[in-house]
Amino acid sequence: MVALSEATGPVAGDRRLRARRATLALGGLVLVAAWAALATGAAGVSLPQALGRLVTGAGLTLQEQVVLWEIRLPRLVTGLCVGAALAVSGAVMQGLFRNPLADPGLVGVGAGAGLGAVTAIVLGGLLPPALAALAGIYTVPIAAFLGGWAATLILYRVSTRAGRTSVATMLLAGIALGALAGAVTGLLVYAADDQQLRDLTFWGLGSLAGASWPKLAVAAPVMLLAMAGTLWLARGLNGLALGEAAAAHLGVPVQRMKNLAILAVAAATGAAVAVSGGIGFIGIVVPHLLRLATGPDHRYLLPNAALLGAALLVGADIVARSVIAPAELPIGIVTALMGAPVFLWILLRRRGVVDL
Amino acid sequence: MLEAHDITVHLGKRRILHGLSLAAAPGEVTVILGPNGSGKTTLLRAVTGDVPAGGRIALDGADPRRLRPWELARRRAVLAQFARLAFPFTVLEVVRLGAEAAGEIGAAAAARARAALARVDLAGYEGRLYQELSGGEQARVQLARALAQVWEPKGPEGPRWLFLDEPVASLDVAHQLQVMEIAADYARQGGGVIAVMHDLTLTALFADRVVLLEAGRVAAEGPTAEVIRADRLARVYGCRIDVTTAGDPPRLIVTPVPERRGAAAGARAGG
Ligand SMILES: Nc1ncnc2c1ncn2[C@@H]1O[C@H](COP(=O)(O)OP(=O)(O)OP(=O)(O)O)[C@@H](O)[C@H]1O
Ligand SMILES: [Mg+2]
Repeated sequence: MVALSEATGPVAGDRRLRARRATLALGGLVLVAAWAALATGAAGVSLPQALGRLVTGAGLTLQEQVVLWEIRLPRLVTGLCVGAALAVSGAVMQGLFRNPLADPGLVGVGAGAGLGAVTAIVLGGLLPPALAALAGIYTVPIAAFLGGWAATLILYRVSTRAGRTSVATMLLAGIALGALAGAVTGLLVYAADDQQLRDLTFWGLGSLAGASWPKLAVAAPVMLLAMAGTLWLARGLNGLALGEAAAAHLGVPVQRMKNLAILAVAAATGAAVAVSGGIGFIGIVVPHLLRLATGPDHRYLLPNAALLGAALLVGADIVARSVIAPAELPIGIVTALMGAPVFLWILLRRRGVVDL
Repeated sequence: MLEAHDITVHLGKRRILHGLSLAAAPGEVTVILGPNGSGKTTLLRAVTGDVPAGGRIALDGADPRRLRPWELARRRAVLAQFARLAFPFTVLEVVRLGAEAAGEIGAAAAARARAALARVDLAGYEGRLYQELSGGEQARVQLARALAQVWEPKGPEGPRWLFLDEPVASLDVAHQLQVMEIAADYARQGGGVIAVMHDLTLTALFADRVVLLEAGRVAAEGPTAEVIRADRLARVYGCRIDVTTAGDPPRLIVTPVPERRGAAAGARAGG
């Protein structure tokens, strides 16, 4: 008791101060990760060079400038946005389903978004030319969003009855959705040409290698907007922890909040998948660690998750680029290697505490 | 004033409430009694706007089903019969949710949460994790959360209301008394209290008015002493119930009586 109240800050049980300090620390971590990401790489631009001359460009060879501006920087920004979007999506989804195991990647939302993206890549040419011209470079992100949104809706309808979510049903529905998306993706592979096939493989494992400014220009605003929208959800998600009825008693417009949460998760996940493919476990590991450290209050959990997710994914990308340099690993492999054991550990620890 | 006229509720394919009416005044503790499944929780959920209901409902002149959620949250708080918490919030954080629903923020919200916890005899529990409390402690935290939401019994919009579904079901005898006293105090200060109860003696001690439900209908309604009568209770609950008066000042004592007196009760009383 005494130890706990000391550990929780000046007022017993009040973890706001600790959460705010964590925000500062995580902000610092993001800066460090970004610095390291710019400085690491096959083309050998050293850290002082990168840092001192990034802005002016002076003193860098043309090749070095291209490496920094056209490869590392878009890749870094993509990593930051995707990491933040995945972590926030996970936290929102867990709040919505009232369960720490819900994650867009695990329960089929990522698969749905991937299916949308793959469909757009392979069959995009079949769109009426007028519509294709209108959608333009937005075709793949929009399709990914629609796929993620449909998957989230189906998932919520299937697994939630009378305001209570059955986790077993949710995970099983996630398996079914994942299998369905996998099968349809497999079908589309037969219709794909060589270039499309290369793009398809990329969805499977997830990678930041395809990052570019034009792609970011489409996806980043969607991710940022979706994340900003979730700030409005924070108090409602806190209330929802007590159940839908109790949340309504606390004055939360529950139905509207749920709709917005589903929309935000689908948009953020869809945009993330559109630029980087299926990257798993960020959405489950990051919120879980933060809940352990500073508690489940979503007003702090969501922004902190964005920061930690961004730092973690950029860190994973550095690992992915370094271990077998000059070749690189798909980043999805790195996040799975880090995340899957943590996920198992969560399951182990929670047994008996929370009913599945 | 809470007024409900001709309330009908369907759940699934079944009709649960058959056009019943109810009136409760602020300044009084109104207790809803009735056997398991008679519709007490459903009635409470109907008047708090949780389930779709036919009929007219007015909480101080406003239909709770038409008020915006946050407006309604400032007029009434609800203690549900069952509560589950999804994430490891501390006790203080849970109670603070109530204070924040009332518009309090920052240090003021935390201060009100601490006061509400002290009110239910849980001072010193602020830093504990809610999920690691005993059942009765959790129930008292939930009551503190409801209290923190409607802390002042009277607000600018009128009286505030506490809807309590079996507030003492999991409490020891001392805390049962304490919770009922909190409810009675709240009413004495001008707030409204509607409590679903199973304990007839506590009801007799603390209720100003009683509504007795039977299979989705009102079997009796009125001042406590008029409703708590042996013959009526026996008929509605389907067992023998003695109602006696004892003590000074005189109080109603309600005792269920086993059918086969000789076997259990008689032997235990010493023959
Ligand atoms: N979601 C539901 N769907 C269908 N029927 C329901 C539902 N909830 C409750 N009922 C039924 O409605 C009736 C009234 O239930 P209610 O919960 O209001 O009873 P209660 O008087 O509060 O009982 P208790 O003393 O056990 O709490 C019961 O017969 C119950 O089976
Ligand atoms: Mg009940």
